[in-house]
Amino acid sequence: MSLFDNPYDPNARLACACGRHSDRAAHEADTEALSAQALETAVLKALFPRDAERRRFLRAVGATAANAAIASLFPLGALQAMAQEKGKLEKKDVKIGFIPITCATPLIMSAPLGFYEKQGLNVTLVKTAGWALIRDKVMNKEYDASHMLAPMPLAMSMGVGSNAVAMNVATIQNSNGQAITLAMKHKDKRDPKQWKGFKFAVPFEYSMHNFLLRYYVAEHGLDPDKDIQIRVVPPPEMVANLRSDNLDGYLGPDPFNQRAVYDQIGFIHILTREIWDGHPCCSFGVRTEWVKENPNTFAAMYRAVLSAAAMAAGPENRTTIANAIAPANYLNQPVPVLEQVLTGKYADGLGNIKTVPNRIEFDPVPWSALGVWILTQMKRWGYVKGDVQYKSIVDQVYLMTDAKKRMKEEGIAAPAEMPKKIIVMGKAFDASKPDAYVQGFAIKKA
Amino acid sequence: MRERAKSWVLSLLLLAVLLFSWHLASLPKSGPATGMDPEYAKMMGLDKPKSDGLPTLSQMGATVRKQLSNPFYDAGSNDKGIGIQLAYSLGRVGLGFFLAALVAIPLGFVIGLSPVVHRALNPFIQVLKPISPLAWMPLALYTIKDSATSSIFVIFICSVWPMLINTAHGVSSVRREWLNVARTLEAGTMRTCFEVILPAAAPVILTGARISMGIAWLVIVAAEMLVGNLGVGYFVWNEWNNLSLANVIFAILVIGVVGMILDLLFGALQRAVTFVE
Repeated sequence: MSLFDNPYDPNARLACACGRHSDRAAHEADTEALSAQALETAVLKALFPRDAERRRFLRAVGATAANAAIASLFPLGALQAMAQEKGKLEKKDVKIGFIPITCATPLIMSAPLGFYEKQGLNVTLVKTAGWALIRDKVMNKEYDASHMLAPMPLAMSMGVGSNAVAMNVATIQNSNGQAITLAMKHKDKRDPKQWKGFKFAVPFEYSMHNFLLRYYVAEHGLDPDKDIQIRVVPPPEMVANLRSDNLDGYLGPDPFNQRAVYDQIGFIHILTREIWDGHPCCSFGVRTEWVKENPNTFAAMYRAVLSAAAMAAGPENRTTIANAIAPANYLNQPVPVLEQVLTGKYADGLGNIKTVPNRIEFDPVPWSALGVWILTQMKRWGYVKGDVQYKSIVDQVYLMTDAKKRMKEEGIAAPAEMPKKIIVMGKAFDASKPDAYVQGFAIKKA
Repeated sequence: MRERAKSWVLSLLLLAVLLFSWHLASLPKSGPATGMDPEYAKMMGLDKPKSDGLPTLSQMGATVRKQLSNPFYDAGSNDKGIGIQLAYSLGRVGLGFFLAALVAIPLGFVIGLSPVVHRALNPFIQVLKPISPLAWMPLALYTIKDSATSSIFVIFICSVWPMLINTAHGVSSVRREWLNVARTLEAGTMRTCFEVILPAAAPVILTGARISMGIAWLVIVAAEMLVGNLGVGYFVWNEWNNLSLANVIFAILVIGVVGMILDLLFGALQRAVTFVE
């Protein structure tokens, strides 16, 4: 039972799931220790397939020497250091890349609001021109960590669209918070069936924006590869392209939807939460190798971003945050625009004021089901071919258990289960049957 | 002298026409909103008069004053004054240009002196010369694996060709009589190179350098916009994100003025080495 469960609830279990511990915290502490041991057991078993040999070896050299010998071959020390509490930082000066959009709120606000500093980190945030450049600079090791679209680390780890580089997703930066913006001249064409021949923009191929736009138009009977054009345009250039009539609309990140409204160029057709309430958007990505080299710095960065996400989750803090991230050093946007995005009370461009408090949300846990959904769409639209090992790829990339553990360290309540089920336009998604899900779509490429 | 005064008057007249048409183009089209829900108007930023797009002359003046009053401010890693941004760009251009000179001038000498080498290298030069320097960028990023070095490389590759070709041309067209005189005086190869050929070819070499510098300054802005390192190009891109045309126009003016100053500097250098036969 966690602290927040109701002890009078007849359905709540006061013991843990396995029944051997007094509460869930003890159970989890125990399983962590066990999993560390299980890791070493696996390594030893691989080295000594016959148990008699292992025992002879250990008796001959002693457990400590054996451990040292094995650690020189396998990064056991690094893996165990990851489990250590707030160890000494390997690296204090950290470079983090970002795209100037509200999705990056937690990692940007951590600088002006002092979350990095509190963890002893000296972080330089580097504004970057586009997602391809973010990918290249992470691969070139110019950035220690970076703001990334949620699908990017999966694509990079699989070597889709670039060379393969093992990546990890530490946290999801934000959920919801995107919108479909259409040019003013289309204000009477609200039914997607009328969109044949439209030119749309998304920020990157491996983005939730691309997958959600494709999903949305496909549900309305349009084939996104034939009936509409989808172009890749960096978020900051979307508004300008809409103004110059190069685009009919875009599914883009905020503040650029609200900015189009503010500049009277477009209107907000729908928020993406109307397609899938609780969808992930951006993530906080790090190279796996870097995590192994700098486990303590990674943990410190992790804690900072998680604390920021916890603060951003509170609606009462949103105005403060809007003011903190608006200056030219970060987003370089007018405060009223950011405020409308973050508080969810906004002008839609057609003369209405709407109030949608969860226009953007901050649930930092990288739930593996989210990753599996992303992979199903990559499969659906032909970005990956052949059999996809959905679960194992996501488990390597998305650090779900780590995120929960670090949240506990900072005293943030981490939910055990995903707070919202994945329901995309009325269709529930079962992460245990990804192939059936892909096959179930009428419009697809695969 | 009267001609000079005439041209001044003409220049000023042109400027006045330009400014006046700007003023007409930037008149606010939508006044403060009427008949709109005041809260909605505020969310749209329409509670104050807002010119759509082009800034008015007074807004432009305010921007210029604000930027120039504190050109070296430093408000974080992504927000620095125009002076610092210029220094970054000039540093990159300087380094790329210097490296290009280091390669182009000696190589140009060799090509100019030896017709065999000239013919051997000519096809390569002809193919490589017309490539837009920015086309090298993806390849540079991929192989060099560092965006700062990549932009210097791009400057290098665009400024190497005019200097190389001009050096080769200058060296090969040194008058034969002077070389013959040097030979009769039994000057060594090195001495001939440095004391006869170099001074004779200097004006042509500097013409090449001047062209190179012009191209390098054109390219750095584009490279910085593409790669997003601090610099004038980054400044333009960052203000473009904010759709702040006043700042973009300011940056355009600054780029123009700096480019002109660089060109004047090389012009002066060129005049210093020019000789009358």
